[in-house]
Amino acid sequence: MSGNVGIVIVSHSIDVAKGAADMVRQMVGEDVQVAFCGGNAEGGLGTDVALILQAINSIWSPKGVAVMVDLGGAETNSEMAVEMLPAEKRGSIVICNAPIVEGAVMAAAEAAGGGSLERVRAAAEELSAG
Amino acid sequence: MKLVHAVGMHARPAVKLTKLAKRFRARIAVRVAGAEEWIDAKSVAKVMAMRAPCDSTIEFVATGADAQAAVGALTALVAADFPDADG
Repeated sequence: MSGNVGIVIVSHSIDVAKGAADMVRQMVGEDVQVAFCGGNAEGGLGTDVALILQAINSIWSPKGVAVMVDLGGAETNSEMAVEMLPAEKRGSIVICNAPIVEGAVMAAAEAAGGGSLERVRAAAEELSAG
Repeated sequence: MKLVHAVGMHARPAVKLTKLAKRFRARIAVRVAGAEEWIDAKSVAKVMAMRAPCDSTIEFVATGADAQAAVGALTALVAADFPDADG
């Protein structure tokens, strides 16, 4: 088990989510746990609260989880998933306001160095700060 | 500290450089030789945005207790052309 912040990638497309996760693994390595989900329950484009919940739970640790999302519904469904978690987990999950692929790589690189959840979020969001 | 590296500072080398930099307590800055601004070597986004082209010279400065070791390790990484092995 990794003692680092984990990364969850939530896209409308399972292919995008998997591709982003592949990039993180290849570029940053195995020091960071990465989970991903994409598509709706029927296998089409979309996001699904249950799948997001599953992805978060699969890598959650007290160190925290940074969630990277793509468009609108991914964010609202991720927020819904976080709200469904028990309070002690909820507090250590952040949804990052960052481009999904780049943000995931930046966040993972920060997490691999042992950075706190706040620092991981800041690293991802540095991109959108301009 | 100056050195010439064989590949441009693309995404993967940038990740390796910042991962290594983060192992040290020292404050470490990096720049392409001649650039006005020093960049925090622990920030992946900034190092990637540095866009050091192939064959450019990059410079490191570090301050802190393990500064010397940090610069040594970072220059070794660049000199070795960012090998894949990392632990």
